[in-house]
Amino acid sequence: MRYVDEFRDRTVAKALAARIRRTVRQPWTLMEVCGGQTHAIVRFGLDQLLPPDVALVHGPGCPVCVTPAGLIDQAIRLAGLPHVALCSFGDMLRVPGTRGDLLSAKAAGGDVRIVYSPLDALELARAHPDREIVCFAVGFETTAPAWAMAVLQAKARQLSNLSLLVAHVLVPPAIEAIMSSPQTRVQGFLAAGHVCTVMGYHEYEPLADRYRVPIVVTGFEPIDILEGVALVVEQLESGRSQVENQYARSVHRDGNRRAQAVVQEVFEVGPRLWRGIGEIARSGLRLRPAYAGLDAVVRFEADLVGLGESAPDDHECHSGRVLQGQLKPTDCPAFGGRCTPETPLGAPMVTNEGACAAYYRYRKGAAVEPVGTRHTHEPPAAGMNRGPR
Amino acid sequence: MQALIQDVFVKAFDNSILAALHDGATWDMPAGTMAFTTDSYVVHPLFFPGGDIGSLAVHGTINDLAMCGARPLYLSAGFILEEGLSLDTLHRVAQSMATAARAAGVQIVTGDTKVVDRGKADGIFVNTAGIGVVPRGLSITPERIRPGDAIILSGDVGSHGIAVLSVRNGVAFEGHVESDSAPLHRVVADLIAGGIDLHCLRDCTRGGLASALYELAAAARVGMRVDETMIPVHPAVRGACELLGLDALYVANEGRFVALIPQNQADAAIAIMRRHTAAKAAVRIGKVDSIDNHHVVLRTVLGTRRILDLLSGEQLPRIC
Repeated sequence: MRYVDEFRDRTVAKALAARIRRTVRQPWTLMEVCGGQTHAIVRFGLDQLLPPDVALVHGPGCPVCVTPAGLIDQAIRLAGLPHVALCSFGDMLRVPGTRGDLLSAKAAGGDVRIVYSPLDALELARAHPDREIVCFAVGFETTAPAWAMAVLQAKARQLSNLSLLVAHVLVPPAIEAIMSSPQTRVQGFLAAGHVCTVMGYHEYEPLADRYRVPIVVTGFEPIDILEGVALVVEQLESGRSQVENQYARSVHRDGNRRAQAVVQEVFEVGPRLWRGIGEIARSGLRLRPAYAGLDAVVRFEADLVGLGESAPDDHECHSGRVLQGQLKPTDCPAFGGRCTPETPLGAPMVTNEGACAAYYRYRKGAAVEPVGTRHTHEPPAAGMNRGPR
Repeated sequence: MQALIQDVFVKAFDNSILAALHDGATWDMPAGTMAFTTDSYVVHPLFFPGGDIGSLAVHGTINDLAMCGARPLYLSAGFILEEGLSLDTLHRVAQSMATAARAAGVQIVTGDTKVVDRGKADGIFVNTAGIGVVPRGLSITPERIRPGDAIILSGDVGSHGIAVLSVRNGVAFEGHVESDSAPLHRVVADLIAGGIDLHCLRDCTRGGLASALYELAAAARVGMRVDETMIPVHPAVRGACELLGLDALYVANEGRFVALIPQNQADAAIAIMRRHTAAKAAVRIGKVDSIDNHHVVLRTVLGTRRILDLLSGEQLPRIC
């Protein structure tokens, strides 16, 4: 299949692995920011192709995983209201809030509908004028333009029964939070290609400079990821710290300006709580005051009393540390025991992009050893931590 | 109700046992071991590319019997109809069941119909039960799976699930995908007649190929190794799966099965299977191997390895 098979070619993958092996002279810890990349790494066993000195750790780039439990509680409450239909992308449905998940809310009679795009939600609002259609707008910069378009179209079509429960988060502030943490052991980043398709990568340049960390914009196919690793390692070994673009077939430095303009029109930047991590300044999107009428939190204020974003995380769940690259999923004491996809303690065990789900699904037990990877729970060697300049 | 039964079902299924309109069906059993199975069908939408709930209900139950090595003989059909369902839809479903049963050489000889209030069912729910006969002495069960057995897959995977998805909620994909729904009993009968020592068979329905292999490995307490490059997936199915973040190995099928047989009979079995339209792309995808502690290990396209685990719940399309 075009645009897929050529990026899964075994010969090319082996050549890239050999290039990485030839380059590496010392241990390096790299973070793949996006959960989609994590799944590709584990699904295709890419870490088995890497030399032991290159360790991959997982980042906070699964939007479902970082959505606070309190927001899920709000979505569940809204889904249970008699006149509301709650629309969500599928992988949000099994993620636990503090009191169940959306799938259980559906089973209990709540009107929860899986949508495949914001346009589906618009169509529902048009077809059911008697129901309030609430959209659980979760995602990174990737899905924000589509939700922004939905807001603009709802306004243009004078749909008064559509609103958004906004849970959008932004990647660069998360990278900054990781690099400014004293516990960080990340020395290079594979940045998420699809986020950069929308936003470009100019925002990453000050970060690469300030923290002296290579950032390579990387795609999602095996060859993309191996090439991204090769580029980061080559920078590290030669003492460089720049932003490079592996995903040039999709990403330009300035991104998609039309998409950015739509997002800018509808949303503004604000603080956001990240599940398991905490609040990160200027890391979330919220509707601008001009669109407050489409904000579900405003519209259903009376129904959401007692529920807030800041519900406590399950303290048994170490997913916050997994999402910051401080722990491998298998290092968590609850992994595979108290925490499984059937009985998840945290979001990364149940979503399609969750790091814990990837390890559980593709690596269950010891049947497939992660060949070639260092166990990465030890901090990097002294002197490797890179503080701000 | 009596008129409905006469007009729709007795007319469509058209056989002397049903026409007797007795409380139950009676017949003389042929010699052999009896096989008996039942399944319920709640597919939405009722009609999809390559099939509908009626043909699916016939094929599904025939295939459950076929996987035991049985020759399917008779089916029952239970209908739960939602108030307001159009008679035309009911006729179409009944006709489709009749056509599928006739083509497969089985008879629908008894049944039941209930009507429930509007909103209590999704148009039609169908339950079918089936009775068949296994040749005496034949034993096709997970406990006969042996290390070294070849794992044969009867064709490409994922078409049924994607075909249904393609007409659900307005999700449309480039490239036409039709359900693989088909009866498999004749393929199995020919394998038996061809002297193939079928250790075990399993149709890859809900949960797909991966779940079928996982269940067999767990039941037989053996490990399995399969090669991703050998598993056929239609390009349009692959494309849809890539788009939605689904794994084709876990997507539902309704006309695909795996056969576990002695390695030295693999080529002969594949040759027999390929004579049938329903199994024309039959291929060896791996082997049984007791080393791996009951895990199914997939050798990926890159030559690395990963586990095929049981899926938790349904696959849900992802955000981005």
